[in-house]
Amino acid sequence: MLKLIGQRLALGLLTLLAASVLIFAGTEVLPGDLASAILQNSATPENLAEIRKELGLERPAAVRYVEWLGGVVRGDFGHSLTNKRDVIDELAPRLKNTVFLAAYAALIAVPLAVILGLLAAIWQGGVYDRSINVFTLMTISVPEYFLGYLLIKYIAVELGWFPSLANVSPQTPLGDRIFLTFLPMLNLVLVVVAHMMRLTRASVLAIMASPYIEMAILKGLPKWRIVVQHAFPNALAPVINVIALNLAYLIVGVVIVENVFTYPGLGTLMVDRVSKHDVPMVQACGLIFAATFILLNMIADIGAIMSNPRLRHPR
Amino acid sequence: MRLFGHKMSILAQIGLLIVVVNIALAILAPVIAPYPEADLVGDAWADPSPQFWFGLDQIGRDIFSRMLYGARMSIGLSLVITCLSFTIGIIAGFSAAVLGRWVDVALSRIVDLLLSMPTLIFAFIILSVLGTELPVLIVTIAVLDSTKVFRLSRAVAMNIVVLEFVEAAKLRGEGLWWIIRREILPNAVPPLVAEFGLRFCFTFLFIAALSFLGLGIQPPFADWGSMVKDLAQVINYGSPAALYPAGAIALLTIGVNFIVDWLLAVYSKGHGEGA
Repeated sequence: MLKLIGQRLALGLLTLLAASVLIFAGTEVLPGDLASAILQNSATPENLAEIRKELGLERPAAVRYVEWLGGVVRGDFGHSLTNKRDVIDELAPRLKNTVFLAAYAALIAVPLAVILGLLAAIWQGGVYDRSINVFTLMTISVPEYFLGYLLIKYIAVELGWFPSLANVSPQTPLGDRIFLTFLPMLNLVLVVVAHMMRLTRASVLAIMASPYIEMAILKGLPKWRIVVQHAFPNALAPVINVIALNLAYLIVGVVIVENVFTYPGLGTLMVDRVSKHDVPMVQACGLIFAATFILLNMIADIGAIMSNPRLRHPR
Repeated sequence: MRLFGHKMSILAQIGLLIVVVNIALAILAPVIAPYPEADLVGDAWADPSPQFWFGLDQIGRDIFSRMLYGARMSIGLSLVITCLSFTIGIIAGFSAAVLGRWVDVALSRIVDLLLSMPTLIFAFIILSVLGTELPVLIVTIAVLDSTKVFRLSRAVAMNIVVLEFVEAAKLRGEGLWWIIRREILPNAVPPLVAEFGLRFCFTFLFIAALSFLGLGIQPPFADWGSMVKDLAQVINYGSPAALYPAGAIALLTIGVNFIVDWLLAVYSKGHGEGA
């Protein structure tokens, strides 16, 4: 089993390396020169020469890639083109904010989704099941910012329960943080709970058709016990898989939600710098997002293997 | 009501109604819009009135007219991108299935690589360098989306390629293009149609999200995503204006999802007597 995990880890690292090549190559696909693409209309011969020197564009791309990678491993992502500061200085606090928000959302979304899904399986066919089916189909279809602005309009503005601008700084104490980020957290939770809940319900219901479940019913066990103790552990594999995949999707959702609530996180930073053509910053942010995405996909893979004893010890 | 020979459920009929109305409004926008999309027709942030049904936006343009033109832009652009990504994905997927080993392995590895990164992030990286003009947007999103179409079309084609009539066609000496067009494509239509709906939804939401972040369709073109961003400035003062374009986006995606749900349910039902 450890061999399997080791293999998956190695594959993940390889994918991360390939993704870093993609990210770096993504900025080299230009028909023209990187410097003129960055400066666009404000290009003068002096500006161009300065940017070329700053990014070292006279050296071949492969050399620059290896240098960039070497720097990344040491924690040096280069200098931002917008304000000449070290990328890592601006990145670190934003990253902490984003991780906090994502963790806050994940900690609430995952148990909530599993419990709601199990309840839907226990009370299958009832009012709760059918109404939550329609409700989740709708939350899956709508864009995240629609939910976000709904929340702002009705909970923040009309009811005034929570602030609509999530303004946190490095000094905000934990309790205040939890209060200020409640609405963005709720937005993220609504985005991912639907999918996880539907799949939990579907997996459990698929197991309920098995013969041993019929045996449990004939033995007279209460429905909730059958679902929770007998069906659910066997439904874990696809559930873990979809949880990890949804957490990976959370990364994309975080970017949008941060913008809706103007939360000072990695998402708002990246979006801001894309329009300013700040390539080193965008590369660094992209790499972090890609790494998290790959890591979560890897966990989904490993989780699916570990929750199925037949796969744990392949013969 | 029957479509493709199958009875449509209530939800699917609602979905069809929503989609048809949206497409009609998008096509007829220049005819029914009371005002042109970029004209300043009054004070900024005017309230809804019989003259301006949804009120005016942040610089005085009529929101209702912009929503009609926005439908045109968003839906039209998403359709173009989905068609392009479908063309690329289907050709690549079918080729991988028909041509076998090397082509299949090479294409699959490339696709796996592109899929290893979240699409939004990768799009950011490309857009940060190439800018956000329409052709760049179209090609970038089409290429990124074609990876998912590739996966599905390859899987579907693999199932068809092993059937006898394809083998017979190969032995007859038919070319690749002929096999794709005459043997595989007609048999692959049902899952591909459902996938088209899903991809359209995804592209539509993606364009709207990019525009919402300011990186998609640029002013003065109206687009629902950027309208949400503009109109959200006054949401803290109680104006629900941002919910109109956002709600329109939500409504269209829900409608398409209802239809796709029904299509998938119909397709996965057996064709035998017991179905």
